[in-house]
Amino acid sequence: MTFGQLPYDIAHLLGGAMLLLSFVLLYQRRVQAVINAFAMQGGVLALAAAWQGAMQGAPELYLTALIAFVAKAVLIPLALRAIVRRMNLHRSVETALGIGASMMVGVAVVALAILVVLPITAGARAIAREDLALALSVVLLGMLMMITRRNAISQVVGLMSLENGLVLAAVGVAGMPLVVELSTAALVLVVFVVAGVFVFQIRERFDSVDTAALEKHRAEGTWEAQRADGAWEAQPAEGTWEAQRADGGREAQPAEGGRDAQRPEAAWNAQRAEGRPEVPRHGGLP
Amino acid sequence: MPLPWLVVFFPWFGALVLVALPRLRLAAAVNLGVSAVSLLLALLLLGTPHGEQGWTRVDALNQPLVLLSAIIGLTTSIYSYGQLDAKGFDHLRLRAYHGAYQLFMGAQALALLSDNMGVMWVAIEIATMASVTMVAVHGTPAATAAAWKFFILCGVGIALALFGTVILYMAAQPLVGHGDGGLSWAALRLVAARCDAGLLNLAFVFLLVGYGTKVGLVPLHFWLPDAEAEGPVSISAVLSGLLLNAAMVAVLRAKTIVAANPLAIPPGPFLMALGLASVLLAGFALWRRRDARRLFAWSSIQHMGLAAFAFGLGGVGGNLAGLLHLLGHSLAKSAVFFGVGLATRLKDSQKIADIGGLATSHPALGWSLVVAIAAVAGMPPFALFASEFLLLTETAARFWWLALPLGLGLFIAVTAKVNVMQQLCLGDATPDAAPGPAGAVPGRLAFGTTLGPIWVHLVLALVLGAALPAGGAALLAQAAEMLR
Repeated sequence: MTFGQLPYDIAHLLGGAMLLLSFVLLYQRRVQAVINAFAMQGGVLALAAAWQGAMQGAPELYLTALIAFVAKAVLIPLALRAIVRRMNLHRSVETALGIGASMMVGVAVVALAILVVLPITAGARAIAREDLALALSVVLLGMLMMITRRNAISQVVGLMSLENGLVLAAVGVAGMPLVVELSTAALVLVVFVVAGVFVFQIRERFDSVDTAALEKHRAEGTWEAQRADGAWEAQPAEGTWEAQRADGGREAQPAEGGRDAQRPEAAWNAQRAEGRPEVPRHGGLP
Repeated sequence: MPLPWLVVFFPWFGALVLVALPRLRLAAAVNLGVSAVSLLLALLLLGTPHGEQGWTRVDALNQPLVLLSAIIGLTTSIYSYGQLDAKGFDHLRLRAYHGAYQLFMGAQALALLSDNMGVMWVAIEIATMASVTMVAVHGTPAATAAAWKFFILCGVGIALALFGTVILYMAAQPLVGHGDGGLSWAALRLVAARCDAGLLNLAFVFLLVGYGTKVGLVPLHFWLPDAEAEGPVSISAVLSGLLLNAAMVAVLRAKTIVAANPLAIPPGPFLMALGLASVLLAGFALWRRRDARRLFAWSSIQHMGLAAFAFGLGGVGGNLAGLLHLLGHSLAKSAVFFGVGLATRLKDSQKIADIGGLATSHPALGWSLVVAIAAVAGMPPFALFASEFLLLTETAARFWWLALPLGLGLFIAVTAKVNVMQQLCLGDATPDAAPGPAGAVPGRLAFGTTLGPIWVHLVLALVLGAALPAGGAALLAQAAEMLR
């Protein structure tokens, strides 16, 4: 099976569409647009899995396709939209990398994937190697998105897009054992992340190479001291965290409140004042 | 049901029961019981003949590690039982904690025992999710931040490992054909010599980066200090003791497959480079820590680096040193975390400056911690001394120029740990925290359930280092031979 034959071309088309949507994810700045693009990618993934199932005569791939469609094209995007509404993020515009810059880095990443995969898979079947190159590109673009974004939801979408690339790779290898189980297990992982965002109301990503945060500490002249205890302890004071816990969700959020209005210590102290059980930082639980 | 499956499913069954149990003290006791039965099963597993049972395989590599994890699982449950009165903890959190604990124990046993690379991946994923839950269980901002970082970094890590697993199958597919057997470690190892070397190289890169993130190798270690410093103490003990070992075994399984192909790039030097980087970076980082638990988390990075270096060095001697190091590190490090955990509760602070002179104020705890830190630092006669000595001599004999940076890293780390031991245990005592709303003053139960596990671990580390029974030595030698 090579170029010019219908089964091959359609598999290729679907893989290429996923790659294209990865680029869309990379440059979209509005959170809702990111979620829409992710939902479309999930739908295309479902089509790609179903097509591979038909081509390989592997009925279990239809199950993978169904799961991918229901979860990634419908349920997860709906949940993400609910989170965005609840956390008042729907108007926020992200300052990711500029469109030009992110496109250029993205193209470089895809070139890297192709340069890595094609030479070493010279022996494999054409469909398998090109699927692998496409899948690796989607994986790497997902990672790139996680690196360039600051918002937790976009970061999670990056992780899920990366996982889409994994499923694309797995369905493209004919006869891959446990493909349904593995893709489902990977899905459980991303659902767990989404649940984490929801329960802990995480707005911004945390990353040890967040240079902006480090600069701030340095300017205060206490960077060294804070660093010694781990820059992370200082982080909650940055106003990036909602200290609200799962059970704290019922506290109404100020509708138009900026982040400054919801400083975490304030929220945390408020909870204490309300007589919530105080939990020591190092934890009593052994 | 074959015994290895029972080792996995019994803790999971226990997790279901624990999630349903309403009473706090009872749940802790049931947790203890489940861990005790798991230990019994792990002991029985020692007598099982080596071989496959479907998706699992009992061999010389995982028998000692499963036993070790069951021992640490039990001692950690004991410790956990004694600290129940420490907090204002609602029942929901406690249920989540106990359920996640047993889920984790089963999953990491499955990761060690599985023969199928796909099942192993799922097991490590479940163990990750369970440990993230345990880290986040307090719900404080710091704990949530640590859990989030842990999850995002390890999520990417295990995603990459899955990609590596897919490529691994792609390499072997023309030879192993369709079906579940295609991801069997034994089958892959048999056909590896005839697989496409390029694909194997690519697969190993992803598997190393993926599982290496979970091992905590530099530069993929960023999650580890936070996760071990902010979660409950018992999660630090099982994270450093068990999860890192399971991930290391995953790396080793991948390494043996790739190493079996003469045309593939030898995987050993990659492991050695990452290991040496971990040892050196952690050695310097240890000097700059002011938080006791964070310091010992960095020490885990250092020790896993040493083990990775040893396995990368390979040969029977190197592998033996690596295995001994994994076992010794788990025992000694969990003992230290138990001691530090009680000390932070006494002083209501994790800062090294706030915990001083334990040997004066609480002699039993102080001196136990002195011995435990000495064991972690690699002082004779404990197991880590034996493994580090073996590793250094092996390195000097084969790559003398590598012995120098390795020795330097070891030296820096040992001096840093001796220094912190003096600050924590010797010297002037700092005042204990006043009993406040945060928790009652630890009573005799808390001390007993801390000191008992510490000394059990230290005695085992001593036996491992100085007087290993012939059966154990033969098992380890067989495992080292298998990993060549």
